[in-house]
Amino acid sequence: MIPELGHFALALAVALAFAQGVIGVFAPGLRDPRAMRAAPLLALSHFLAIGAAFLALIYAGVVSDFTVENVADFSSSLVPLIYRISGTWGNHDGSMVLWCFILSLCGATVAAFGGNLPASLRARVIGVLGLVSGGFLLFTLTVSDPFTRIWPPPLDGAGVNPILQDPGLAFHPPVLYTGYVGFSVAFAFAIAALIEGRIDAAWGRWVRPWALISWCFLTAGITLGSWWSYYTLGWGGYWFWDPVENAALLPWLTGTALLHCAIVVEKRESLKAWTVLLAIATFSLSLSGTFLVRSGILNSVHSFAAAPDQGLFILALLGLTVGGSLLLFAIRAPALAAAGVYAPLSRESALVVNNIFLCSIAAVVFVGTLYPPFSDLLFGVQLSVGAPFFNQTVLPLTAPLILAMAVGPLLPWKRAALKPALERIWLAAVAAIIVMLVMTEQTNAITALGLGGGVWVVLSALSDIAERTKLGRVGLGDSVTRLRAMPRAAFGAALGHIGFGVLVLGIAGMTLATQKVVVLNAGQSADLGGYSWTLNDIHDAPGPNYAQRVADVTISDNGKAFLTLHPSRRMFTTPKVITNDAAINTNGFQDIYVVFADEPASGGAELRLNRHPLAPEIWFGGLIMALGGALSLSDRRLRVGAPARKKKAKVAGVAAE
Amino acid sequence: MRTSKKRRLYLLLGCGLALSAATGLSLMAFSSTLTYFLGPREVLAKNPAPGMDFRLGGIVQVGTVNTVITNNTPTTHFRVTDGRASIPVTFTGVLPDLFREGQGVVAIGAMSPDGSFAASEVLAKHGSTYMPKDVEQSLKEAGKWDPKFGPPPDASTWNTMNVKASGS
Repeated sequence: MIPELGHFALALAVALAFAQGVIGVFAPGLRDPRAMRAAPLLALSHFLAIGAAFLALIYAGVVSDFTVENVADFSSSLVPLIYRISGTWGNHDGSMVLWCFILSLCGATVAAFGGNLPASLRARVIGVLGLVSGGFLLFTLTVSDPFTRIWPPPLDGAGVNPILQDPGLAFHPPVLYTGYVGFSVAFAFAIAALIEGRIDAAWGRWVRPWALISWCFLTAGITLGSWWSYYTLGWGGYWFWDPVENAALLPWLTGTALLHCAIVVEKRESLKAWTVLLAIATFSLSLSGTFLVRSGILNSVHSFAAAPDQGLFILALLGLTVGGSLLLFAIRAPALAAAGVYAPLSRESALVVNNIFLCSIAAVVFVGTLYPPFSDLLFGVQLSVGAPFFNQTVLPLTAPLILAMAVGPLLPWKRAALKPALERIWLAAVAAIIVMLVMTEQTNAITALGLGGGVWVVLSALSDIAERTKLGRVGLGDSVTRLRAMPRAAFGAALGHIGFGVLVLGIAGMTLATQKVVVLNAGQSADLGGYSWTLNDIHDAPGPNYAQRVADVTISDNGKAFLTLHPSRRMFTTPKVITNDAAINTNGFQDIYVVFADEPASGGAELRLNRHPLAPEIWFGGLIMALGGALSLSDRRLRVGAPARKKKAKVAGVAAE
Repeated sequence: MRTSKKRRLYLLLGCGLALSAATGLSLMAFSSTLTYFLGPREVLAKNPAPGMDFRLGGIVQVGTVNTVITNNTPTTHFRVTDGRASIPVTFTGVLPDLFREGQGVVAIGAMSPDGSFAASEVLAKHGSTYMPKDVEQSLKEAGKWDPKFGPPPDASTWNTMNVKASGS
């Protein structure tokens, strides 16, 4: 009964979403106050309907209702509760419901908290969100219905894929999807503004918090996913340039660009058309990211099982959304005249440089990701574009970005001189050059470049904060007062840059990773990375829904044992799968990573030993970036909300000085 | 007016530079890093030169996985098949969790002079029912599987199944 109710709620949501869409988009033109009021109400009820459907699906998973095909195929009665819940979005049909749920949540938030928006803009934003949601709900309902019943039901479900039975993966999809889908609001704002034909500083101020929230979630989601693949897949890698990963990276790149140029719209009323285009591009890339992967067009290691019959529907939806919004942009963009003027060397120009490079990187990644399916389609040649391509193209484009991102925040708006900015970060420059020279001596040029770049970004952001608080020039207490008075947005931005610098350090450090595959008998040891790794024992251990074999590996430095790790092999029964659970020890600056790969017939254990310098910095960097975004979001100026339209927004860029 | 024109010029110049840099880098990287994706039959037909990197996709032939340990280092030997031809593969390292006999696999590496494929990396698919596209094609061409009649036959039977004469 509950699944039928869920199914009904889903159908109801489709109707409500389309009503919300049509009424929202057209109400301002009708000048009917009832229609304007209806749009937010429809958005809220649409959200409630999908919420009910989503809960029904989770309920079916929790009580292990195997008459529901989705539950029978992807869950089992032996799976722990949390994975029975997360299993509902760990498969194609269920993840669609989650996706639509988050989209409707965005619409409901605009409806509930958008009271300070002009009524017509709010109605149109809600309307655009309703139309997008309606399209994808229709897809879910007709082509990938998660509530399909099967008869007779199986005695037990097929089980959750054991590598997906992991807390990291339980939370990765919702966080990532919130990031993807959150950009729909920026997109809806862009479309609504195009319909209205006007964009001003207030518009920038409304869009930016939304872009920032989604960016934080997307950053956290990507970081979580990367971390998950690092510790569960047992490859010891963090990024594989796989199409699915690129699909998440692309909206991140354009979303980062959007975040930066929305500042220019807000403060200087410039770059309007470009910001709108970026909002459209970011959401379009989010959509392609979620759906190209499902359509079976992109061949990926991570993808859900391909369902080609669904591909056409998805492509049509994508084409309609992307094509329609670009057409609207082409018609309306010329009306968006820029107001602010700025010199070639200024904060604005620095942000333009940021945009140019981020978009170039996005373009390169886009080409590399989509070239294989096109070459297959057009020339019938199966090609693959792997890590070497991306390393050769993305790295040279990131280097100038790193160089510029340290200087940009120090430049004032309108007109700037390079000299005072450079005087503030000469220390960072000297430190970076020293690191680069020393590391070139000891390692290789690429690693040295990366480490130097990371140091440069982190130190220059830190010296910016130090400068703003007059650290060392006034009393410590005075500096602390200044630090607390510093706008959180400025602090958040500095933190975001520091996070990126830390990430660069981590990536550079990982180029020095060493690894080795060995077969050891109990008591034997192997040498790697200056340590001696000894296998002590292999034994059985109990687990909740698996049996496991554990290897005890002791790592010693100069004969002094300092660490014992317990990598294990887990044998699951439903489905019959063996996974390797890597044992990782981290001291914050280095990971020691051991995988128990196999027990050869000849006895002993096949182990993979890894030493990963600076690996933790990759995920710290991602988290610091997301944290910086969140901090910036909590800034009073954003929280208090947008000023009334037309009232000139006060330029408060470097207010702390 | 003058400044705004000048600004536009700088903007276009910057965009043009970045765009040409991106294009140049992509073309350079394409020419040196593109790798072909070949099935066992294509490997036998095209006979790629030893040392040229490509991706070998297919199914791990049942009953061929064998690990040899020398000097504490394990080397795994197996054959990758598309139902009509198969290629011996050697790999040193840890196989992914989902690597199993009869399942889809993608190996990255190059041919050795002795006619075997030396893999530097082996990828297995997350999905348990995954079948590489060209393997599917090959099975269909060989008359061993028609999607209309249900899921593909077990990989262990591919090399022994009665094959319909082609063209009939």
